[in-house]
Amino acid sequence: MDVRPGHFDEMHGSGTTVRAPYVDYQDWFADEDPRRLLKKSADAEALFRRTGITFNVYGGAEADERLIPFDIVPRILAASEWAVLERGMEQRVRAINAFLHDIYHRQEILRAGRIPTSVISDNEAFLPQMIGMTPPGGVYTHIVGTDIVRTGENEFYVLEDNARTPSGVSYMLENRETMLQMFPELFTKSRVRPVSEYPTDLRTSLGACAPAASGNRPTIAVLTPGIHNSAYFEHAFLADQMSVELVEGHDLSVEDGRIVMRTTRGSEPIDVLYRRVDDDFLDPLIFRSDSQLGIAGVMDVYRAGGITIANAPGTGIADDKAIYSYVPDIIDFYTGEKPLLNNVPTWRCAEPDSLAYVLDHLAELVVKEVHGSGGYGMLVGPAASKREMASFTKKLKANPSKYIAQPTLALSTVPILTRAGLAPRHVDLRPFALVSPDRIRITPGGLTRVALKRNSLVVNSSQGGGTKDTWVMET
Amino acid sequence: MLGRTAGGLYWMFRQLERSENTARLIEAGMRIALTRSSDVEKEWESVVATAGQRAAYLERHERYEPTTVIDFLLRDRSNPSSVRSVIDQARANAREVRTALTREVWEATNNTWLTVSDALARPVLQRELPTVLGLIRQESAIVRGSLHGTMLRNEPYSFARIGTFVERADNTARILDVKYYVLLPSASLVGSSLDNVQWETILRSVSAQRSYRWRSAGDASARGIAEFLILDRQMPRSLIFCAKKIDNNLGHLAETHNARHDAHKQSDALHSRLAARDIDSIFDEGLHQFLQNFIASTYELGQAIETDYQFTA
Repeated sequence: MDVRPGHFDEMHGSGTTVRAPYVDYQDWFADEDPRRLLKKSADAEALFRRTGITFNVYGGAEADERLIPFDIVPRILAASEWAVLERGMEQRVRAINAFLHDIYHRQEILRAGRIPTSVISDNEAFLPQMIGMTPPGGVYTHIVGTDIVRTGENEFYVLEDNARTPSGVSYMLENRETMLQMFPELFTKSRVRPVSEYPTDLRTSLGACAPAASGNRPTIAVLTPGIHNSAYFEHAFLADQMSVELVEGHDLSVEDGRIVMRTTRGSEPIDVLYRRVDDDFLDPLIFRSDSQLGIAGVMDVYRAGGITIANAPGTGIADDKAIYSYVPDIIDFYTGEKPLLNNVPTWRCAEPDSLAYVLDHLAELVVKEVHGSGGYGMLVGPAASKREMASFTKKLKANPSKYIAQPTLALSTVPILTRAGLAPRHVDLRPFALVSPDRIRITPGGLTRVALKRNSLVVNSSQGGGTKDTWVMET
Repeated sequence: MLGRTAGGLYWMFRQLERSENTARLIEAGMRIALTRSSDVEKEWESVVATAGQRAAYLERHERYEPTTVIDFLLRDRSNPSSVRSVIDQARANAREVRTALTREVWEATNNTWLTVSDALARPVLQRELPTVLGLIRQESAIVRGSLHGTMLRNEPYSFARIGTFVERADNTARILDVKYYVLLPSASLVGSSLDNVQWETILRSVSAQRSYRWRSAGDASARGIAEFLILDRQMPRSLIFCAKKIDNNLGHLAETHNARHDAHKQSDALHSRLAARDIDSIFDEGLHQFLQNFIASTYELGQAIETDYQFTA
């Protein structure tokens, strides 16, 4: 396989040798018949189709279900590499929870001048309803999915801290199941750390965050917007794996200061609501009044301590792209430590000097909307046409505070299987952290997203990205 | 369990049952059209009537041409009871109640949807029709098999079964009602070939032509067929069999919840009314009247189940 010049390949390094974590895999691969592997690859797709592991695409004429392409070559991390990521994530998650508590209470970090007040006060993700409110157990971000990219042997960067409702964990679990079914022999040869504990851990972790008045077997439910939501499969999957009810807004109501679900034997109170519905839709009495997805009055119940909402409303303030650039300061402020994982250098276009720099160097930069997600509304300078750049320049000048810019990172590649054999493709990684009052659990592995198009840097599933199984080795 | 989930299961299994029943109706219609020269349109009309879609059909079509009827019943998405529509709905319901299904039942349902949607993507040619109809029945059997083989005998199972038998009871009653006149002793010309064909159609519509022959030792009669489809306790599509199954499953729910509702009263009454009857008293009352009452009671029972178990807010 030819590695992409100037890019670190996680299997082949700079191109001459196979890196240590991949040696066993390479031995196995060398003995395999490529035709058998291509057939297995097609089998995997049929399996996903049959089991209904699909996502819905927005914007199509009618509800369109698609598969996320799955590549059978695993992405492998050595135990030592994982240890670095795990410690770094834990530090970030801890700092972010401390930040959220502070920002909704005394706002010491603003008083200390470490973050400009305007970044908070002008931010739609800041919820005044959360001021002075401490969620049960003091946990704001029960589930975090941190997006990490790699540029070299020891160079990892955090791209984003998804602290609202990170998705993708079902693919982490199903990808592994698929690999175990298709290539059992690989797992007897290599010692891969299991990911299957995640649903049990999630249930335990959420249960530990129940309101103090709940019994020792708190009732947990997953709140979904319904079968047309793009991540519906995941919502049903997680509820099923945790053995808890999957509820929709119209199953729920407020009774005697509790949130209850309508069951075949009457109303049953819920202690912990793992909601996969955005803040805006959570309570029509407080947020969007036209929302059918939430529960009228849930915020009152929440503020009175009658239910745990995971993740807490208002956590979006911590994963906002405008806040992102301050995360190193946030870590320093609340933990007194140096950040273990790098932030990508970020220009805040709200600052005139930065804006000028960004406009001058548009062709080298990635420009993102501060509040955007899913890879929409961004400009990848090196790949953009003149026209795209011109139109983006206008948008930037008209509304600079909506944007941040970052250098285009030379993302690492991992091989995928193509008809012509292995070929390098760019990847990112989203491990998942579970936060409870007593501990933070990080499942060894995560979701590896891969840009299937040659040289593409966009890994989002909504834009033609695929996924891979992610292996963390035991030693 | 959630009321919405109970409702989803109930409807999912009604819809799967309906897909199978419609396939059977078309099969019986085909058969009669192939073996008779005249009045073919009338036969297809009664097939549409049995499916309960006469009004909807006439909104779109003027005549009961075989290809038009078949396409309407199999593929027309504007017909909410077409096989394609009910399989779509059954699969959407299955997705919604995914957490109450075993992996096997979900995958069987999803596979049914994939396979049947594919088979019905284009108009079905006459020579392919037997294969396609067979496929629909087979897929439905696989879902039912995985339900029996893998589900706990708890609440979800009971709602699935209640949905199956409410739909089936309604279907058998309609088949009889649309053809009731050929079953009336007064109208029947003894030994006429016309009646023989009609009787066979009725039996075919419930896949019972062979089992009836076994049961009646080869001696077919209008009265015998009516008795078989209404009162035979061993015939899995008879009215009394369905009523008994509904009653049993509601009984399991009453036990688990330690609560009886209006639906239980209605179901008990429906079942005991049948158990107390013989076929002569039904003919005395009037077969048509009896079937109309049964269809109405089943509908009301369905409504009571929806309310008692809080399917909707």
